[in-house]
Amino acid sequence: MAEPAVPPDIAAMNFEDALAELEQIVKRLEAGSGKLNDAIAAYERGALLKRHCEAKLREAQTRVDKIVVGADGQPATEPASLD
Amino acid sequence: MMAGTPLSTPPGESPLRPNLPEYTVSELSAALKRSIEQGFAYVRVRGEVSGFKRHSSGHCYLALKDTEAVLDAVCWRGTAQRLALKPEDGMEVVCTGRLTTYPGRSKYQLVVETMELAGVGALLKLLEERRKRLAAEGLFAEERKKKLPFLPAVIGVVTSPTGAVIRDILHRLADRFPRRVLLWPVAVQGEGAAQQVAAAIEGFNRLAPGGAVPRPDLLIVARGGGSLEDLMAFNEEIVVRAAAASAIPLISAIGHETDTTLIDYASDRRAPTPTAAAEMAVPVRLDLLAELDAKAVRLAGALSRLLTERRARIAGLARGLPDPRSILDTARQRLDDRAERLLVGFRALLGVKRHRLDSAAERLGGAALPALLERARARLDDMAPRLRHAATRFLAHERHRLDACGGRLETYGQALRDTLARGFAVIRDASGAIIDTAAALAPGDALTIEFHDGTLAATVDGSPRRAAGKSKKPRPDQGSLL
Repeated sequence: MAEPAVPPDIAAMNFEDALAELEQIVKRLEAGSGKLNDAIAAYERGALLKRHCEAKLREAQTRVDKIVVGADGQPATEPASLD
Repeated sequence: MMAGTPLSTPPGESPLRPNLPEYTVSELSAALKRSIEQGFAYVRVRGEVSGFKRHSSGHCYLALKDTEAVLDAVCWRGTAQRLALKPEDGMEVVCTGRLTTYPGRSKYQLVVETMELAGVGALLKLLEERRKRLAAEGLFAEERKKKLPFLPAVIGVVTSPTGAVIRDILHRLADRFPRRVLLWPVAVQGEGAAQQVAAAIEGFNRLAPGGAVPRPDLLIVARGGGSLEDLMAFNEEIVVRAAAASAIPLISAIGHETDTTLIDYASDRRAPTPTAAAEMAVPVRLDLLAELDAKAVRLAGALSRLLTERRARIAGLARGLPDPRSILDTARQRLDDRAERLLVGFRALLGVKRHRLDSAAERLGGAALPALLERARARLDDMAPRLRHAATRFLAHERHRLDACGGRLETYGQALRDTLARGFAVIRDASGAIIDTAAALAPGDALTIEFHDGTLAATVDGSPRRAAGKSKKPRPDQGSLL
């Protein structure tokens, strides 16, 4: 089964906000109140937030570029060679 | 131009004999210039800055003074731009340079090549005054501080491309959360360092989001430890102002923990070391992963518990609900009961009715009818003699009446016969009715005529003649004469 696409409003969230909303959802669900439909919708959103957060955490790679300012004064990048 | 060194070989045989060589003013000035420039080609002089003035040409003019003397000084534009400090009046400085003269005004001056503050105390005093001035402008105000992003995607680092600082930062970032790093290489000390640092901060801020060079969402301005003088670039106003104006959140990490430079006041966060700056810049990825996993477990657990609770409640409520089959069974049982009672009742009713019918029939057939018949017969029997008796009496009575009438009738018959015998006849029509008037007859009518000794048939052959008829034939109503 294909996983549902992350909706745009979640995709646009930064990690911290997504994590904060996930925390809220977890707390609300743990409180056990609310309607069952709402709870299931909240769970699904929570799962999407978790996936989004995981994706953010997967984007972990080091890349170091050095700024070089060209003759026209515009900065550009080139791979940094640090000894 | 005169050869020799007039000042070093003063003539002096006799003041009276003016065999003293005579200089023109220009010659003497030139000789002085040569002598001074050769003798003081590189000097180091300490004094307090006074009358500092920056000309529009870029050249700077000032005087160095102490309690006893004043020395004019000039700093040409090229040098002035590279000075490690910005001269201000009252500043105690040590300058290096050469002496030169200005023959046109009979002046001599120091051409400044470098200038630095004289002594740590003076430097600190200068920095404190500068800090107060910039603070009064509000550059260090708390409300200007920006929150660092929780997880920056791109980090801009302003530091030297060589040395331990950038490697320390990269190592710590890699340990915690590898990120994309843009290094803006700058000189971190010496001439022009402050300008380069300020330009780098401004350059990062000028990058448009989504451009060819990604705009960092966090800046680190870093330098390793050094002497107060080594760190001076980060005390410069241009750097402080650039840091304060940065729209991108900025961490300053200059020197060691005990070192504080003015950029630290203007930055959004001050890190004691470059390594600490990297720690402030990014969270620890593994911690976040663990936290996220824990939240995912809680999320699933919470939903699962919620469902279990709801299921339990449903089960509890279901127990409260009566079993539909039992409702049906009860209903069916009641139906059976009613059906049975219906049948029984019907039969009972039938029995009652039959019983009543039987009883009625019994009464009808067994007792009533024969009795009725008997009574009828009795009445009939009773009637018969009475009928006979009555009939006999009636007959006797009627016979008596008949006998009486017969006698009277015979009387009348005798009279009639007597009448007929005296010549009267009775005329009758065909139906036997007595004709007593001529008007009742028409010619052709059949008649019978009764005489006392027999009866004749006759036919009417003429019309009635009233007068003649009266005399000839007796009128039938003449019978009343009887």
